[in-house]
Amino acid sequence: MSLLFKGRGSQNDKQSKSVILKCYFIIVTILRQGVHSLGEMWRTPMASMMTILVLGLSLTLPTTLYVVVKNVQKVSSGFQEAAEISLFVKETVSEQATQTLVKRLALYPEIETVNFIGKDKALAEFKSISGFGQALDYLEENPLPSVVLVTPTVRHRSAQAANALLNKLEQEREIEFGKLDIEWLERLNALLSLLKESVITIGLLLLSAVVLIIGNTIRLSIMDKKEEIQVLKLVGATNTFIHTPFLWTGIWYGIIGGLIAFICVMLMLWWLESAVAMVVGVYQSNFVLQGLSGSELLCLLLLAVALGFVGSFLSVQKYIKDIEPDKV
Amino acid sequence: MIKFEQVSKTYPGGHRALEKVSFELTKGELAFLTGHSGAGKSTLLKLISLMERPSAGRVAINGVDLNQIKNSQVPYIRRDIGIIFQNHRLLERYNVFDNVALPLVIEGTHHKHMTKRVHAALDKVGLLDKVKCQPSTLSGGEQQRVGIARAIVNSPPLLLADEPTGNLDPELSMEILKLFEDFNRHGTSVMIATHDLGLIARMKYRSLTLDHGRLIQDPLLGSSLPGDTL
Repeated sequence: MSLLFKGRGSQNDKQSKSVILKCYFIIVTILRQGVHSLGEMWRTPMASMMTILVLGLSLTLPTTLYVVVKNVQKVSSGFQEAAEISLFVKETVSEQATQTLVKRLALYPEIETVNFIGKDKALAEFKSISGFGQALDYLEENPLPSVVLVTPTVRHRSAQAANALLNKLEQEREIEFGKLDIEWLERLNALLSLLKESVITIGLLLLSAVVLIIGNTIRLSIMDKKEEIQVLKLVGATNTFIHTPFLWTGIWYGIIGGLIAFICVMLMLWWLESAVAMVVGVYQSNFVLQGLSGSELLCLLLLAVALGFVGSFLSVQKYIKDIEPDKV
Repeated sequence: MIKFEQVSKTYPGGHRALEKVSFELTKGELAFLTGHSGAGKSTLLKLISLMERPSAGRVAINGVDLNQIKNSQVPYIRRDIGIIFQNHRLLERYNVFDNVALPLVIEGTHHKHMTKRVHAALDKVGLLDKVKCQPSTLSGGEQQRVGIARAIVNSPPLLLADEPTGNLDPELSMEILKLFEDFNRHGTSVMIATHDLGLIARMKYRSLTLDHGRLIQDPLLGSSLPGDTL
């Protein structure tokens, strides 16, 4: 495009009068600059690798924390599903009245299963589990009450809903008191919530660090190419043309850094797998350590690319416009 | 082609580089711009290439008032002007081909066409055999010719040269100036800033003389401008 001389344009302008062809040339130029910036990184392997490794490790920590939270959540959701309410029946209530209570409780929409454990059965279980079998033989009468074990439906297994159900069940006249072993669950949830908040805070700090590292690397690269930028401006390069390779560099840093973070996390999980299997074996659980899924890997890469782009964009906007060809 | 009307330029800090300079360079003309160091030659060229804006007056190229040009349009203006520097300003990371191809890459020229143009430009300056060399392996004269090839590769209608022979011996200087003459014969307007009066005398072209920012001599306006002395 010539602003001064009518009819004068680059050979390219003459060839491509249609908008589609112009767009095609712009896209080709941008892609060519992308490949070129990758080549530039390849030409300075040590400096590029150092930056990429720092980025990769900076991204590894929040990713690892995310995986930890994900696995803890999986474990704790298993615990929550096992929530059970124990209802202790009054001493004065007859066995027939207790059976009626069990039938009545089974009709509650919030309850999935009801199990009745009579006094004698409870004592037998206690004897076998507690190890005080012989001592209990000296008691004149059975001190244990009858217990009704209630499992809430899935919708009522959260700590709050189970507590509400407990309060409701305690209103039954046959019930002395109820017990929901929920405190540890609440503590676990609180800890989990704290862990999540910590992960978000640490993650944000580390991601900010990634932006700053990329921004600073691009700034140094801009300073290193000051002379080149001046010459480019003198021969008619637009700001977009000058900015694009630096933006590409930020994007490449993001992509490679993200992949390094993914590989590090997967290696860490592979390393921990046998130790976790041993712990799981002790608890007779079928828990399997979970890594990053395909969509999570994609999210990690997109986030890394976005951080790389933002870091380089900030540097490019701040420093390139200040570089002007000052001397002919 | 180039028209200066009462152009003044004062830099921040108060240094007055140009004062009420008026002249016109017609299309297809070759002219020298001369004067002592600090006379304002470089500032004048900077105003033409939009590296600086005038503090007062009007600069126009081909009738287009450069004062009215927006910053976003500056790159497109510069594509119409080939600029040659005393210190060549070649990019050391790139070879001769890539340096010369730079203006064409910026314009988005197709690779095949670009190769043709670069080879033609290098052939013109006699460096076709150095196409793959790095600038640092070339002599001063060769580097200057690469700079000239870069300036002419996209056939700009206007060439500006700031002390293009400053670091060269007389023989090489004449060779470079003959190249400018050649481009000029093909219709390119050329303005050469130099303080080599011997060279100017040999070439017999119009010579504008600046002294402390004032145009004190322009053959088209008489040997000495009113109020000034040589």
